[in-house]
Amino acid sequence: MSKERQSRVRNFSIIAHIDHGKSTLADRLIEKTGLLTQREMKEQILDNMDLERERGITIKLQTIRLIYKAKDGKEYILNLIDTPGHVDFNYEVSRSLAACEGALLVVDAAQGVEAQTLANVYLAIEQDLEIVPVINKIDLPSARPDEVKQEVEDVIGLECDDAPLISAKDGLNIEEVLENIVEKVPAPQGDNDNPLKALIFDSYYDSYKGVIAYVRVVEGVVKPGTMIKMMATNKQFEVTEVGVMAPAHLPVDQLNAGDVGYVTASMKNVRDARVGDTITYAKNPTDSPLPGYKKVVPMVYCGIYPGEGEEFNNVRDALEKLQVNDASLVFEPETSVALGFGFRCGFLGLLHMEIIQERLEREFDLNIITTAPSVIYNVMKTDGKQITIQNPTNLPDESEIEYMEEPIVDLNIMSPTDYVGVIMDLCQNKRGIFKNMEYLEETRVSIHYEMPLNEVIYDFFDALKSKTRGYASMDYELKGYKRSELVKMDILINKELIDAFSLIVHEEKAYERGRIIVEKLKDVIPRHQFAVPIQATLGSKIIARETVRALKKDVLAKCYGGDITRKKKLLEKQKEGKKRMRQFGSVEVPQEAFLTVLKYDESK
Amino acid sequence: MKDLAIYIHIPFCYSKCYYCDFCSYPNRYDIRDKYIDYLKREIDIYARKISSHHNVKTIFIGGGTPSYIEGRYMKELLNHIYKKFDVSNLEEVTIESNPKTLDEEKLKIYKESGINRISLGLQTMNDSLLKEIGRIHTSKDFLETFELVRKQGFDNVNADIMFNLPNQKVKDVEDSLIKIIDLGIEHISFYSLKVEEGTPFHKRNEKGNLNLPSEDTEREMYHHGINILEENGYKHYEISNFAKKGFQCQHNLFYWKLKPYIGLGMAAHSNINSERYGNVIDFKEYFTSIDNGNLPIDLENKEIIDREMEMAEYMILGLRLLDGINKLQFYNRFGVTLENTIGSSVLSKLEKQGLLIVGNQNIKLTRRGADLSNQVFMELLP
Repeated sequence: MSKERQSRVRNFSIIAHIDHGKSTLADRLIEKTGLLTQREMKEQILDNMDLERERGITIKLQTIRLIYKAKDGKEYILNLIDTPGHVDFNYEVSRSLAACEGALLVVDAAQGVEAQTLANVYLAIEQDLEIVPVINKIDLPSARPDEVKQEVEDVIGLECDDAPLISAKDGLNIEEVLENIVEKVPAPQGDNDNPLKALIFDSYYDSYKGVIAYVRVVEGVVKPGTMIKMMATNKQFEVTEVGVMAPAHLPVDQLNAGDVGYVTASMKNVRDARVGDTITYAKNPTDSPLPGYKKVVPMVYCGIYPGEGEEFNNVRDALEKLQVNDASLVFEPETSVALGFGFRCGFLGLLHMEIIQERLEREFDLNIITTAPSVIYNVMKTDGKQITIQNPTNLPDESEIEYMEEPIVDLNIMSPTDYVGVIMDLCQNKRGIFKNMEYLEETRVSIHYEMPLNEVIYDFFDALKSKTRGYASMDYELKGYKRSELVKMDILINKELIDAFSLIVHEEKAYERGRIIVEKLKDVIPRHQFAVPIQATLGSKIIARETVRALKKDVLAKCYGGDITRKKKLLEKQKEGKKRMRQFGSVEVPQEAFLTVLKYDESK
Repeated sequence: MKDLAIYIHIPFCYSKCYYCDFCSYPNRYDIRDKYIDYLKREIDIYARKISSHHNVKTIFIGGGTPSYIEGRYMKELLNHIYKKFDVSNLEEVTIESNPKTLDEEKLKIYKESGINRISLGLQTMNDSLLKEIGRIHTSKDFLETFELVRKQGFDNVNADIMFNLPNQKVKDVEDSLIKIIDLGIEHISFYSLKVEEGTPFHKRNEKGNLNLPSEDTEREMYHHGINILEENGYKHYEISNFAKKGFQCQHNLFYWKLKPYIGLGMAAHSNINSERYGNVIDFKEYFTSIDNGNLPIDLENKEIIDREMEMAEYMILGLRLLDGINKLQFYNRFGVTLENTIGSSVLSKLEKQGLLIVGNQNIKLTRRGADLSNQVFMELLP
């Protein structure tokens, strides 16, 4: 009985480049399987975090169970496990893929195969997944499905003859996709009678059910009442509920070998259900855990501090919660003279950093201050010791440094040919070394540069988007470390060093960067009763200076009977604004100052 | 019996000046008769409520341009107040006027009606600047009118002078001040133009077409003005007001000393019995309320002033007066000391910043504090 059911299970994910239509396809699959009424269909149902909806990208894993009656008359259980599309999230991709036997590869019929897609395809191939190509957006006038099919065969080596040609937007040929899943994706293996082996591929805390673990059962059966053990922590729990996502939590009697679903077991702490851990029986456990996930190494660091009126503990709790289902986020406490107690956080990349910052602000409603992102530098000291630095403040004195190394990335920019000139200018200006340029098609190129990561994380992406009017996309991968002439630049406000503004920059870039930062700070720091000098320094040398002029006039000329209420409101507003400032010595700095210095300025 | 100040708003004028955001309508002249009638009915409502325990010390007729409409209306209004309120201690009755709209006949009626103080909206003695800010009069109009005012025996006269006008120079300010000082005028309101939202000046400023003096020049005008006025025997008694001895505006002192006042007419404000509110600013609403026997208050903006807020307001308004707040008077009014209310750390900070002088009897703004008074007032808000 259970073997017959298992033969009707298909576990798959969707691999697609950003805006090649993954979410839309997922919507259509859900519609076609008749699981939801039209009314229940929210657009793009898988992207349920606000942030994802806004940016049009998928960040957190989502899973959903679909019931599909195939042409062979049998009813199939299709488990769709969503994957994030951006390269920063490779780690999460490998998590979803580990729970699947197959993957749909969605390719845009007009744009063809993109570099980021390739990375994920290789991940899937590495994990022995069956890859089912799907050509989407054939409704576009610029669609060229035959060429794109050929491209997929050439580039990936994937048989594409009977790849469904679909339009997810118009709901065209969706059945064919479902049939392809049933035919091509293998049914899961695994035996209900073996000791339980279930991979936790995601987990989160729900205030009603406690911790919910999303699992792929590889061997055995799990049901309410089962005593389970987490193999990494040896902690034991009694299962209270198992179920599937349809798309809301739907309790079922049991999850069988090969199934994807959720498990709750009155776990109070998300750390009890660590992503990548294996669940087994408390008695009669399996002898070896599933491989889990490889540890990822953060590439970008920044300081995250509680903003005005925010509690340190709230920030810590939120980071801990995020870390449980995002092991790629690392953080440790640090102290800044300017900002007090906070955390140095490591991220996979820039997007990852921004997403975490936004989630802290939106999901946890925190008021945080973020310092300029930094990369990891290798510092060779004169005493022969080598150290790594992620926080500019910790850089040893110049006299103790023999030399420094900075990370270099292979940068790949894809763009319409029109923007090649501006892109090359930009890359040149960012210390990029041109490698090569390939024509993807007549009007599209892929440009390769070697570039210090430190330049990429400053404002490169914003600048690229702005200069190419959003048409270029980019992708980078760590290449290695390279010796470089780096210096620490400090910012002094009213002669006081504000450590949170310190930066490590290339010697040649220091003057320009210093000038830009002090100019920006001059605009955001309000006028005080005294003049406030803002200086950028290298050691004891001042390389840029601006002055916020002293406030000469802050007075209401007229205040008679009818003016009092209105003017009092103005005063109250002024006072409110003052309260939200950070006090550095006798100078008040608005929180946005920290953001302002990071942002790309189109005017320059 | 408590002292009371009455403000009367006349929302009519010949034309709006480019900087004006007051409640005034150049095209509703025809409705003035009805409006005055309703003002009298509003007086009746107040009289029923408060006349038994208040006696009127000052009356101020402002606008708009009260002198724009016929003089008899003022007589009617004032006589009505005299009838309904105890005016045995009435000291000061002011009317605002535009030099172009005053004549001998109006002045005579004012005199008969008990008006004893004339405020002239001069703004500047520079004719091209007058034109540029949308005034309808010239400096010559002003001089002629002033002569008429004196001829009718008014010995308490104010002139409004503005600085920080577009294209204005420090010298213009100096000239205007000296010319009116030479006339021996008793009181001078000397205030900086503020570009208010919704005015023609605001629009021009947004577009960058309003050539305002720089901040440095603006302060130079102010400081230079203060020096000239003080050298000529005018006391700088409020941030923007100067008077010869004995001629401080009693009515405005009610505002700054947080004494009870009522405002009659559209958009007029009242502060009485721990409440502050403004009247509606729409003719129709104004008439309807009074027809229903209600005070024409804009209820949305009514404020209950609790003790804490009253103390803050007392300090904020009191410090606008250059003599500052008298510690003993504060204690007598609130039963706590001024020092305890402000707090010693705030007090010493403001002193250190050179904004405040804490004397034995008074606490007052320094000259620098007068420039940066909001920095002080912010600290005094609850």
